This record gives sequence, C-alpha cells and structure tokens, in this order.
Amino acid sequence: MSSFFPGTRGVRLIERHARFYRKLWLVVASGAAEPAFYLLSVGVGIGALIGDVAGPGGQPVPYREFVAPGLLAVSALNGALNDATFNIYGRLKFEKLYDAVLTTPLGARDVAFAEIGWAVLRGMMYSVSFLIVMAVMGLISSPWAVFALPAAALVSFATAAIGVWLTTYMKSWQNFEYVMLVALPMFLFSGTFYPLSVYPHVIGVIVAWSPLYQGVVILRDLVLGAPSADLLWRAGYLIALGVLGLAMAGRRIAKLLLV
Amino acid sequence: MTTIAALAKLPGSVSMSVRAFRCWLVMYRRTWRSSVWSSVFGPLFYLGAMGYGLGSLVDKNGTAPLGGVPYVVFVAPAVLGVQAMNSGLTNAMFPVFGGIHWNKIYLAARATMLRPADIYRGHLLFIGLRIAMNSACFVVVMAAFGLIRSWWAVLLLPAAVLLGVAFATPSAAWAVTLDNQTPMNYVFRFGALPMMLFSGTFFPISQLPAWLRPLAYATPLWHGVALCRGLSLGDIDPGAAAIHVAYLTTMAAAGLWLGARTYRRRLYV
Repeated sequence: MSSFFPGTRGVRLIERHARFYRKLWLVVASGAAEPAFYLLSVGVGIGALIGDVAGPGGQPVPYREFVAPGLLAVSALNGALNDATFNIYGRLKFEKLYDAVLTTPLGARDVAFAEIGWAVLRGMMYSVSFLIVMAVMGLISSPWAVFALPAAALVSFATAAIGVWLTTYMKSWQNFEYVMLVALPMFLFSGTFYPLSVYPHVIGVIVAWSPLYQGVVILRDLVLGAPSADLLWRAGYLIALGVLGLAMAGRRIAKLLLV
Repeated sequence: MTTIAALAKLPGSVSMSVRAFRCWLVMYRRTWRSSVWSSVFGPLFYLGAMGYGLGSLVDKNGTAPLGGVPYVVFVAPAVLGVQAMNSGLTNAMFPVFGGIHWNKIYLAARATMLRPADIYRGHLLFIGLRIAMNSACFVVVMAAFGLIRSWWAVLLLPAAVLLGVAFATPSAAWAVTLDNQTPMNYVFRFGALPMMLFSGTFFPISQLPAWLRPLAYATPLWHGVALCRGLSLGDIDPGAAAIHVAYLTTMAAAGLWLGARTYRRRLYV
C-alpha cells in the first residue's frame, strides 16, 4: 500500500526528522514566537494609529483583524521556507544524509516527498500556534476559520515544494542571498500589511503571482468570514505550484545523487 | 639580551589592531557582492513597505500621535537605527563564532604575533566600517527621498555608527565564548526582534500599555532611535541627546573592556 503512490515511503524519513528534532524542540517552538511578536507590534501598536481599513467585502474592519490572517500566512510560509532551503542544503552538501538514505529501499522521490512533507508539518506547527494566539486575542470572527489551517497548509506546501526544488540548484551558502532576495519583498509587499489598492494597478498584476499573496487573500477571506468561489482557483494555484515543485524536486535530487 | 631587544620592537596595539583589520578588508574585497543585497536593499524594502505602504493608511487616520509629521518621515530614522543594530549584531556574532569554529581565522591569527585584544579590536574596526557603509547608504536614501527635516542630520551617520557599535562590542565579546551557534539565533528572536518591534520604532512608545513603557525606555535601541529621530526631525533636546549618547557609549565601552578579557581567555589556551 505504501508504495502505491510514488514517494510515500518517505514517511520513514519524516519519522527520522521527528525523532531528530525532539531534542531541538525549543528551536521549533521559538519560531512560532516571531509572527506573534509582529502581531502584537503591527496589529496593536500600529493598528491604533491606523484605525479601520476596508476588509474583503469592503466593510470596515479594525486593522489588527485585517493584518492577523496576513501574518498567519507569513508564519506558514516562513516555517516551511526555512526548513526547505537551509536545512535541505545542509543535509545535501554537508551531512550527506541522502547518500545514506539511498542505500535503504527509499528512492529520490521518497526523499523529495519526505522533505516537503516535513517542511509542511513544521509550517503547520507554526500555523496552529499562531491560530491559538489569534483566538486568544479575539481576532477570529467567522466559523469559516476552521478552513484556515488547511489553507495555511497549502501555503506551506507550495513554499516548501518550490523551495526544495530551487535549493537543489544552490552552489554555496552565498546563493542563499537569492532566497532573501525573493522572500523579503514577498513578505513586505504581498498585501500582508495593507491592501493591494495602495499600489498602482500594474504592480497588483505582478503581486498576484506571489503564492504568499494568494494565501493571504484565502486566509483573510476565511477568517473575516467573506469566502467566495474565487478562493477555489487561488487554492488551485497553490496546489499546482506544490505539485510542480514536488515533481521537479524528485527529478533534481535523483540527478544530484544517482549519477 | 637579544630577546628583549626583539620584544621591544613589537608594534603598539593600535598598529597591531590595524593589521588585524586589514586582513578583514582583504577578505571583504573578494566577497562584498553577496553582502550588498541584505545590507542595502533590505532596509530600502522596509522603508518602502512600512514607510510608504503602511504610511498611506496611517496618514489617512491623522498623524497627531507622531508629532504631526508624515509616517514615513517618522519611521525612516527608526529604520536607520534598526539597520545599524542588525549590522552590528550579525557582523559581531556569526563571523566571530566562525573565527573559532568555521573558517578558524582567529586561530590562524593567534599563531601570529597578534594578541587576542588586537584580534578583537581589529575585527571591531571592520564591523564599524560595515555599519558605517550600510548606514551611509541609508542616510543618502533618506536625503534623496526628502525625509530629512534638519541640518542636525549631518550627525545621523555618527549616531547610527555609535548605536551599531554599542551592540557589536558586547555581542562579539559574548559570541567568542560560545561552542554552539543556537544561542545566537535566540538573541535575534528574543532580543533584536522584540526590540525592533516595540522600542518606539514603528510606533511611538505612548501607544504601549503603561507597564511596558519603562521596559521600552530602557532598551539601547530606543536610545539610538530617539537620537536619530531627534537629529533627523531637528527637534533634538540637548539634555536628552547627552543621555542617549552616554548610554550608548557606556555600553560600547563595557563591551570593549569585556571583549579584551573573553578573547584572551578563549584564545590563550
């Protein structure tokens, strides 16, 4: 059964990571604190200077309710991205973990499946803790928010899959400057902190390609209780990115390790 | 007798520190490209997103809590301060740790006639140079975008460098003692990030709950940002400025004193 889908034997490798990180739980747990700090600072501090902004349906919402789902998407993205880039590179180049893995019945696709799966799990840990903070602060106003966790998982999936794929092209640690080159502007300009309407229309067209932007829109509409059929194709875009990354990552890892 | 004569010719500690500094310059000349991105464009993005993007929402709601200036003018000196702090911390922690554990440049330097304090001060000179380069870029951008309101702003660069160095000296003194890199990540996550978010940077401290304000006033970042903001807006109070400068200078000096000791303990095994 486990070999019916290509790659699913990678569950064993996920188990290995889970055992490994049991000792480093503080590193994982403290990663969840970061977006919570942002929520307190931006949501509460700057929010008081801003007052109300236009929500998804055009109705005014307090700024902290507007920004919280955006930061939820960021935490889903960050959790997955850090694991899918820096850690994969370390395992590939220095720990030689995959050379060891390939001497077992696991193959390159299993490795891709496992690494992306593990990064998604980490992203989801961050998302869950962030959702708890949001609930405690009273920032969840709609029952649609039950779909927020799966939606955040899609953000993590798309990020992790593309991240692992691109990491296979990295030649040195200096290349990770390119990760920052993409991640920081994405973080700041994907409609996380303010509506896209403050930009000229042309920039909006570019931003729409950002998986973070699509995730922010999905999560904001769900948490603020204004979902529409649009969300399905946005989710479809994230899934398509994830599947593309997963397939390409498997091929690249095979090429790097089996030649 | 000959040994004593040879020892007497050892250069003074300033010239020895400059030698250690020049070693860092040689390395930087080969790798500077990869640092341009994070040190120059990073703060620019923050200014664009926080200052102009978020600022458009803030200004719509009225700028009385900011002292009547547009949000981007209020936030720009704070981004300068945050950038100086981050340059100080990143350059004083990971390369120092690496000097012992990764590229082991400190261990190589130890084999020369450089003493631990020379290695430390030479490295600090380089860190100070990096802080000054990054800050200068940002001050030029502030001026180009018309975000500077006073001639006092000619002192922005030294103020930012003082702020960065105040963070750099104690961080390097501490990083050299480490055997594990994880604690450095905690400094960023639980030290630098909360300071950046709550020290009167992106919003005035008066927005914080009353019990949190004394804590925010006690942080070095607040002193640095208050100094930079006063210089940039031109409403600087000489007494307050003297306190900010004294605070940051004391911190930098305490770090220098400490570092000479920790480096010595670490490098003279």
